[in-house]
Amino acid sequence: MYQYDQYDQAMVDARVEEFRDQARRRLEGKLTEAQFTPLRLKNGLYLQLHAYMLRVAIPYGTLDSRQMHALADIADKYDRGYGHFTTRQNIQYNWIKLEEAADILADLAKVEMHAIQTSGNCIRNISSDHFAGAAADELVDPRPYAEILRQWSSFHPEFNYLPRKFKIAVIASDTDRAAMRLHDIGIQIVQNDAGELGAAFYVGGGMGRTPMIAPCINPFVPLDQLVTYSEACLRVYNRYGRRDNKFKARIKILVHELGAEEYTRQVEEEFAHLLEQGVEPPFAELERIRTFFEDPLFEAGASSDIDRSDPDFALWVDRNTVAHKADGYVSAVISLKPVGGIPGDATAEQMHLMADLAKDYSFDELRVMHTQNIVLPHVRAADLHALWTALDVAGLGAPNLDTVEDIIACPGLDYCSLANARSIPVAQRISERFAKTGKTETLGQLKLKISGCINACGHHHAGHIGILGVDRKGVENYQLLLGGSEAEDVSLAKITGPGFDEHGIVDAVETVTTVYEREREDGERFLDTYRRIGMNPFKEALYG
Amino acid sequence: MRLLTGNDLKTGAVTWWTGSDWSIHVEDAADVTGSEDETARREEAARRVNAPYAIDAEMQDGVPRPTHIKERIRTLGPTVRPDLTLKPAEPDLGNWVI
Repeated sequence: MYQYDQYDQAMVDARVEEFRDQARRRLEGKLTEAQFTPLRLKNGLYLQLHAYMLRVAIPYGTLDSRQMHALADIADKYDRGYGHFTTRQNIQYNWIKLEEAADILADLAKVEMHAIQTSGNCIRNISSDHFAGAAADELVDPRPYAEILRQWSSFHPEFNYLPRKFKIAVIASDTDRAAMRLHDIGIQIVQNDAGELGAAFYVGGGMGRTPMIAPCINPFVPLDQLVTYSEACLRVYNRYGRRDNKFKARIKILVHELGAEEYTRQVEEEFAHLLEQGVEPPFAELERIRTFFEDPLFEAGASSDIDRSDPDFALWVDRNTVAHKADGYVSAVISLKPVGGIPGDATAEQMHLMADLAKDYSFDELRVMHTQNIVLPHVRAADLHALWTALDVAGLGAPNLDTVEDIIACPGLDYCSLANARSIPVAQRISERFAKTGKTETLGQLKLKISGCINACGHHHAGHIGILGVDRKGVENYQLLLGGSEAEDVSLAKITGPGFDEHGIVDAVETVTTVYEREREDGERFLDTYRRIGMNPFKEALYG
Repeated sequence: MRLLTGNDLKTGAVTWWTGSDWSIHVEDAADVTGSEDETARREEAARRVNAPYAIDAEMQDGVPRPTHIKERIRTLGPTVRPDLTLKPAEPDLGNWVI
């Protein structure tokens, strides 16, 4: 894992003291809320329905046990004993007091964490593949590239007041586990015919009220020009992105209105100019960063054998473990989606346990998935039963990765000031329904995603089944969408028709799965069947 | 009726204008019809509450009930964590909110 150097630590410590002073002045009445709001947002402090909410950055979703313990301690000491892992690999606390916010930031700084740039119109936390450094199918570990972009984008003076927020994802395998093409910039580390590594740039994707899939604007940028090319992309956006209309201010609108070809032309022009300026950090810096992400010392000849005599354990292994690049190891997914639970929530006790298990079984590493689960990336097959046993006792052993129970849900109207409808209760009722009917396993991979408003934090556009909560004259209503994917087969879901009430949407989801069961051919996922037969059979079943 | 609400500056807690002070209990809220703008301006200037604003409500069993679901959820807390609401022991909480 990357470790702060003296400059990183000094910057973060200074920021804590700066915010402490800003909060003090607000509490003393020397700053108005209008003056204070942009300052607190730049430090991840929102005001939500019931209290202040603090969003803590987890760079590319990577944590060690010391950091996870610290997050648990914050939940206990300053919040109400739990935290919420988000769809951007971060964590949020829902019950923060302004008087204590600076103390929390100080506690975070002690473990090399912060909440900087988790809000505001700046470059947000860089996200990545949650199996980075472990996946059997990756070209290289994408995190050194994510890290150098994190360093470049942190406090970048030119990009602190962009037209709108800006999100970057970096992956290094053909399997997209980071919704890469639904980001403002998606970067895939690739290899050319000469065996050289480079970066394919996809620009102008996003969800929200105008979902778009990012087009590829450059299939191969040499890695020693990664930062320069990123800077060129941002510069064109910063110069021409709309600032007159918040709803048209994201880069996807600029790329769409200019056309990908013209946007690319302008980026290339700016890139040529920047190459002369020499903004790229020395390649030695990338090499230095890379040393922090070297493989742990995997046990040579570790056995891949797993005793599958316990059927519950065997099901969990089948569902929640993923192939690893080292023989005898797997990546294990800890589901934060117990039946009827709140997607992404973890108690302080659970966080402490996950930290301890990472220390014992995963070379002290954890990852946060954008699907609101936790990964122990490097687990020996021989340790899986002991790991599962410990998880199961703590309510963390749900065997439901990528099933209909593994639902992404934003906080929705239960917590969020922007939401129009509740997301969490709908997720709870759906997971309960399918657990009760016993269909979860037979439905196979089925990605269900719920947002409580058009901002799409719950990624409903990218769900095989998506649900969008809307406000119909003060009453919650839920639109159903089908056919989305955030993976390498990326697509945007389409609305089925008129919406449903809170109970009707649960029935509607069951109805479309029944159509799938009736129509599917061998080996087809829900998404495959939808793509083959189209929307009409589902609409007929839903609306008659 | 109209109620004036905001979030407490220090804690962020939802608060209601009682006519003379702020309370976290909607039962204490006063009808501010006609004076909401002036009161909001004055209280904003006093800087105890963030961005106070007025909402519609109606009396129900002697208690003001906000008209919009969002404000009813604000009034008591998240529907999915009754243990964290203002009335964790109230069995009919959900019916009042939804």
